[in-house]
Amino acid sequence: MNRLSWFNATSLTLGFAFLYLPMIILVVYSFNESKLVTVWAGFSTKWYGELLQNESFLDAAWVTIKVAVLSSTFATVLGTMAAYVLVRGGRFLGRTVFSGMIYAPLVMPEVITGLSLLLLFIGIGLDRGVITIVLAHTTFSMCYVSVVVSSRLMTFDRSLEEAALDLGCSSFNAFRLVTLPIIAPAVISGWLLAFTLSLDDLVIASFTAGPSATTLPIKIFSAVRLGVSPEINALSTLMIGIVTVGVISASLISKRKSVRQQQEEQAAARAA
Amino acid sequence: MQRFILIAVPYAWLLALFLIPFVIVFKISLSDIALSIPPYAPILDDGIGPFFAALDFENFVFLTSDDLYWKAYVSSLRIAAISTAITLLVGYPIAYAMARAPEEWRPTLMMLVILPFWTSFLIRVYAWMGILSQEGFLNQFLLWLGVIGEPLTILNTTTAVYIGIVYTYLPFMILPIFAALDRLDGSLIEAAEDLGCSRLQAFWLVTIPLSKNGIVAGSFLVFIPALGEFVIPSLLGGSGTLMIGKVLWEEFFNNRDWPVASAVAVILLLILVIPIVLFQRNQQRQAEAET
Repeated sequence: MNRLSWFNATSLTLGFAFLYLPMIILVVYSFNESKLVTVWAGFSTKWYGELLQNESFLDAAWVTIKVAVLSSTFATVLGTMAAYVLVRGGRFLGRTVFSGMIYAPLVMPEVITGLSLLLLFIGIGLDRGVITIVLAHTTFSMCYVSVVVSSRLMTFDRSLEEAALDLGCSSFNAFRLVTLPIIAPAVISGWLLAFTLSLDDLVIASFTAGPSATTLPIKIFSAVRLGVSPEINALSTLMIGIVTVGVISASLISKRKSVRQQQEEQAAARAA
Repeated sequence: MQRFILIAVPYAWLLALFLIPFVIVFKISLSDIALSIPPYAPILDDGIGPFFAALDFENFVFLTSDDLYWKAYVSSLRIAAISTAITLLVGYPIAYAMARAPEEWRPTLMMLVILPFWTSFLIRVYAWMGILSQEGFLNQFLLWLGVIGEPLTILNTTTAVYIGIVYTYLPFMILPIFAALDRLDGSLIEAAEDLGCSRLQAFWLVTIPLSKNGIVAGSFLVFIPALGEFVIPSLLGGSGTLMIGKVLWEEFFNNRDWPVASAVAVILLLILVIPIVLFQRNQQRQAEAET
């Protein structure tokens, strides 16, 4: 079927309007002159100016980015290892427990994860700050990374690895030279996912952050509890803009890469 | 040796930062509140014998005696169930239309559904505060249309919580249903119509049963996180909206009663085990059917 019926066209239009209108309104009204957020009083970028002068927001943004970079990098390493163990590890003692621990954090309510980690940190006497947030974020995002990477590992032709081993590669070199380049797109999207999960997280960060480290979501949440404010609208617009540009360019790059890969494969087939 | 390190590192990490914390929550839920830092009486420090002697289920008894808690559990279950049903009703037609759209549109449509998932959850919930408030855009619009005479109170009610959950979890419902409908063989529906089914009957007797796996997966993906939701009820809900995630948060941060907060968490976990196991089984059955 190539033409949309009126019913399908209506549900697509209404559906996407529902998904996007709230964010569009937010973006448009971040350029509103008036302090009253729901009354339009002319175009202005003054809230962006005020935002950039607000040091507590800038500090929080810096902490958030630091936490996100560190935790997503650790999570990518650990998650890729875990995926490899799950798909290629064979049988070992406690495998069921291991796969359970990989999948459970995905469905665990954040309040429980946050509470349990905080009680652990207090139990072992670790001061709460950037380190504890990084540990907490690494733990839940490594599970997302391992799900993304293991689904790629499952569809991947194992004989390529075996060929490398037969030709004298050590198993580490076979991983580094054969497996890793092939699963790289999944590893990169795992990293991106871990990065945005860490940027977004409010609940777990609230439990595990100490007075010395406040992340942007914690800051936004405490401001927003008092009501809608034009400064927060401006901040939200910046965050929405960064994510949109990032996601669209990432998907364009991966699309171009897969086209090039296809061309190379065709060329190789012709040469053979 | 390499294999041992490969297994041991992530295993040890998850044991230390996922499993052991739960044991601690469980342990603290069985201890007494104390006026100290940390605010609970330590157990297990004097060895295993006194540990069992000191265990008490006081906090759990307390949860059953104060009807705030069981009301919060029941109301969370109800809110999660109703919003899952609404999300299904809203999401199914969108997924259906996406699966029927011209093939070259589908990747773009998929991306448009996924994109909101990458934007901050907190911001997406916050966006509704400006829309639903007394002088917000929805009331302005309805007043302008002349549908209502005076502004409705929507923000800080349970209705706003439903809207928030449906909005933020809609992509989780659309994607698995779309995946199921996208694979559906169109000739089956044509066959049903040739054999005398009306279009509606064909939809009901062929399309719906064949997309059942997507419906079930999507419903669990909305229901499970909605049950323990904290951000949505605390920003959009009012004092009348009881949800257990919010109760746990307040018990912990405002009342500083860690043992009771832990007991609340343990019971929430026990409630969640049922839908999680059902979900796992559904996914497994689907995976087996495909291979």
